[in-house]
Amino acid sequence: MTIAVKPDQSGEPLFYLADEHPHPEGYSTSLGFWIYLMSDCLIFAILFAAFGVLGGNYAAGPAPKDLFDLSLVAVNTSMLLLSSITYGFAMLTMQQNRVGATQAWLAITGLFGLAFIGIELSEFAHMIHEGATPQRSAFLSSFFTLVGTHGLHVSCGLIWLVTLMTQVWRFGLIEANRRRLMCLSMFWHFLDVVWIGVFTFVYLLGVLR
Amino acid sequence: MSTDTHAAHAADHHHDAHAHGSLSTYLLGFVLSVVLTAIPFWLVMGGAIPNKNITALVIMAFAVVQIVVHMIYFLHMNTKAEDGWSMMAMIFTIVMVVIALSGSLWVMNHLNSNMMPVHQMSGMK
Repeated sequence: MTIAVKPDQSGEPLFYLADEHPHPEGYSTSLGFWIYLMSDCLIFAILFAAFGVLGGNYAAGPAPKDLFDLSLVAVNTSMLLLSSITYGFAMLTMQQNRVGATQAWLAITGLFGLAFIGIELSEFAHMIHEGATPQRSAFLSSFFTLVGTHGLHVSCGLIWLVTLMTQVWRFGLIEANRRRLMCLSMFWHFLDVVWIGVFTFVYLLGVLR
Repeated sequence: MSTDTHAAHAADHHHDAHAHGSLSTYLLGFVLSVVLTAIPFWLVMGGAIPNKNITALVIMAFAVVQIVVHMIYFLHMNTKAEDGWSMMAMIFTIVMVVIALSGSLWVMNHLNSNMMPVHQMSGMK
């Protein structure tokens, strides 16, 4: 914002805000997207708080110790972590204008993300098969809401990833696509940060409890 | 602020906003996060520390450190990005998250402990 100073008739200086000069397209996208991520962070914070309050109410049902297989969670965590670094490689190759390499790293990222979702869904299916449904206890309701919301975010990220790969395939690494890939990068790494909270507070502390 | 310095500032700002990592920072972040993930899992699965409360505190500390590592090496957070507004938004969010989490846990815990057990209530007139 520019502040212009102009003396008026009596010689007193007059301050006013001059018109905004035009910004290039996408100028404020990264800040806007960051603020969206922060608001998403608040959603997860509330879900974590709900899990923190309800996580011990088993209603004589299964407890984390009976349900969680930590080695499976460790595999799942490594899938997400690997997808984070491969997305990082996609961003690095994008900066070098290597379209093919970028697409390849994006595809690898998508496969790791798909593996993550697949493992999580099979875990959910196994739990539900054993009768540990969201209706069973307050612990399970809050568990499925928190972990399910994260899984839903990753699924949306995968759809976005495929969309952007199609965009890059059609139009190449144009400025708009670079901006979009940067937003998805922030989204993807943010989900990895949320997952750190999930595996620590839900799985590790749950089994420890 | 004159238009010239603003334009120069805007160009500078644009450059900052697109601060990306290099191969070495990504790899360093990845190695750090693998180590910071592996140790908590090992602590819980192997039961290296007999005291559960100490184990809980240690793995929470590892989580906090790993979140900071991800923020710096993967999300490229710094105080200069977007003229510091990214950092401002994040500090505001952290304050909100801390209030929401600690407030919920604190209030609900007090509510639980002050609640009269059901078997005592039946004896009341």
